Amino acid sequence: MAFREYKIGSRMFGLAFGTSMFITLYMPAVDIQNVSATSIAMDRQLSFGRVGAFSYEDPFLLGWAKPITVQINQDPKTGSAIESTRAFVYEKDVPFPNGIRHPRILGTTPAAVSESRGRINEASEDQGAVFIVREIVDGGVMVPYIENATATRGWLPTATLAKASDSQRLLVGKGKIMFVREGCWWCHTLLPEQTQDWQYFGAPPMLGDFNGESPTAFGSDRKAPDLTHVGSRNSSREWMVMHFFNPRLVQSHSIMPRYDYLWGEKDASGNVIDYDGWRAAYTAYAKGESIYPPEVPLPAADSEARALIDFILNLK
Amino acid sequence: MFKYLFAKAEDIPAGSAAIYFGYSSIVWFVIGTGLGSFNAAKLAFPDFVTGSEILSFGHMRQVHVLAVILGWISMAFAMAMMYITPALGNTKLWSEKLGVWNCFLWNIGLSLGLFLLWMGISSGREYSDLPFFIDVVVILGLLVPLCINVLMTIKTRRTQGIYTTNWFFGAATFMVIIVFTVGNSPEFFQLTGLTEAYLTWWFAHNVLGLWITPVAAAISYYVVPKVTGNPLYSHRIGHLHFWSVVVFYSTPAAHHLMSAPLPEWLKSFASVEGVLILVPAIAFVSNLLLTMTGKWRMFVENIEIKFTITGVLMAIPLNMQGGFQQTRAINWYIHGTGWIVAHAHLALLGFSTFLEAAAVYYGLQTLLRRKLYSLGLANFHFWMLLIGFTTYWVSMTIAGLIQGAGKIYEVPYIDVVIAEHPYMIARWVGGTMVFLGNCVWLYNMYMTARVGTLIPAGRLPHELAYER
Repeated sequence: MAFREYKIGSRMFGLAFGTSMFITLYMPAVDIQNVSATSIAMDRQLSFGRVGAFSYEDPFLLGWAKPITVQINQDPKTGSAIESTRAFVYEKDVPFPNGIRHPRILGTTPAAVSESRGRINEASEDQGAVFIVREIVDGGVMVPYIENATATRGWLPTATLAKASDSQRLLVGKGKIMFVREGCWWCHTLLPEQTQDWQYFGAPPMLGDFNGESPTAFGSDRKAPDLTHVGSRNSSREWMVMHFFNPRLVQSHSIMPRYDYLWGEKDASGNVIDYDGWRAAYTAYAKGESIYPPEVPLPAADSEARALIDFILNLK
Repeated sequence: MFKYLFAKAEDIPAGSAAIYFGYSSIVWFVIGTGLGSFNAAKLAFPDFVTGSEILSFGHMRQVHVLAVILGWISMAFAMAMMYITPALGNTKLWSEKLGVWNCFLWNIGLSLGLFLLWMGISSGREYSDLPFFIDVVVILGLLVPLCINVLMTIKTRRTQGIYTTNWFFGAATFMVIIVFTVGNSPEFFQLTGLTEAYLTWWFAHNVLGLWITPVAAAISYYVVPKVTGNPLYSHRIGHLHFWSVVVFYSTPAAHHLMSAPLPEWLKSFASVEGVLILVPAIAFVSNLLLTMTGKWRMFVENIEIKFTITGVLMAIPLNMQGGFQQTRAINWYIHGTGWIVAHAHLALLGFSTFLEAAAVYYGLQTLLRRKLYSLGLANFHFWMLLIGFTTYWVSMTIAGLIQGAGKIYEVPYIDVVIAEHPYMIARWVGGTMVFLGNCVWLYNMYMTARVGTLIPAGRLPHELAYER
């Protein structure tokens, strides 16, 4: 290092690389941080839970410790009828999403309202909590905020779950884990492309639609339709069941893999699924030896297939 | 290898680490391309292997990507650094023992990480899929020891100046640590939302721009002058290349997310900087091709030059695509299509792989002091790689253009899938050719170590005639 030119060179390198990092890291970070969360962002993170991938609470990506999204018509505390409400149930020891843990990422105003009116800072993971997304008009502007219904209305997680039948529950948090683990996003994007794609696959997301969500799993290498609004295009659970079990049943030219292994050992009625028999019958059908394909078993309520279908149908 | 992990430093023969890295990289290349071929078969024939979670496409795609990037490409880089850096400093590797440990940790860490990824234990972030504790292993066990070894070897050199190759090696091993640490910070610190999405692509861009591209180029700055005997055409153009990589290649990360709702100034800035990638690209290609002056016969006759110059020539379409496809005028058409897949393979399997293959061929012969076992098999390897890659690239580019057209004319997506089917088969054929070529390469290099002709002291490998 005896030569002056290398001292100059290394300083120049530090300056050049440092400037580049300043422009590409610090400046965008400040810009993105100033964006307030929309109600979509709040709904997404509350339904997905803290992390949609590897985490302490779910190291094997089996969907452990995830919230349950419910649609209830009765007040869990009083039992009186209420208008249909979407609530996010965090049972005891289910980690809260990032917007609850660090409210400032919701943006200044939504964070302040969520704390003052929504009382989210009173929520405790040790007891669990029920959250709902609400909106108020603040100075002529609609401000979304998160309400901790456990504090404001006395809705306890267990009582809230009890008011929702199985068809009123969506295992969206567990389903996102399945979506990431099974690599759905290697072919299906969660971000419409520019221009014409918006007409085909729906409106593009806004700047504040992702605050608090991790990972975003946009996907980049698209070999299949965009799924951002798939639940609005196709809301048929029966179609999804057949499609996930064997996509060729509903779309003969599909190149999607079969996800029949997500059904687990038993179907919805508790019968053991005979995969070998099913595949043999399907092969006979595919060869034209039989007229009808074999019946697709319905996924059990706690199966991974059900959670994944819930996640997909929830993409509205 | 294992006997050297706890041996005294002076008992470890010079070049051991580079040899272990070299053979490891070839094995990972065979594994990575084998996975690629298997995955491509599934895209062409969706019922190829079915009913098994572990052998499903979604579990294997990312293993292919990271096996090739961290196994083949990065280990070939480490191999090149461990013999080129000391050679250019007229000295020995700073610590051979650290190098052997580095190679050991690299194989262990990567195997563990890819195993977990294969099981589905992923951070859900493309290119930075590894869960965060594996990221820590990658940074502390793989990248930091490599950086220390390279920088200390440069520091303890016995020459006055530092040659172009070593500027790149020193800077890139340092920058890749920063890139890996910052790029994975969303996992370390629970960063969310668009910050997470942006940092995912900041990582994916910079690991290409500040690690793979400059190190691959640096290797050819060594191989071409060394094998042809011509001096590098211009030291100053080398300067231009180096500084423009640092300034221009480190900034356009946001151009990977042109359709995401990122701040518009960021996308515009990234787009303009992205076109400036042509500055280092043109500097690099012209410098290398002009170095070849008077020695173009070696492009045909010499296997290392054949690989290197093919890789350099592939940098031309690579950077023409890379510079312009990210502008708003073109990006809306081809983003997210097979065109991008073709482009990524042009960068990694075309440009970069050909340069590293030359370094591994040349380095292993030099270090083992043995002449390559068979020129015929090496040429077979070259043509399998080139034809296989070209088949892949052409078919995926066409498939991408079909997808783009389907997108803007709002064709039902299934019709795009049907139209792409023949190109998916071509992609699988091309990928399989690359895999088979690599199996032959592994055999050739194994036989070189066993029975290759010994190279007398003071002679270079390419000065000897081939026996086969």
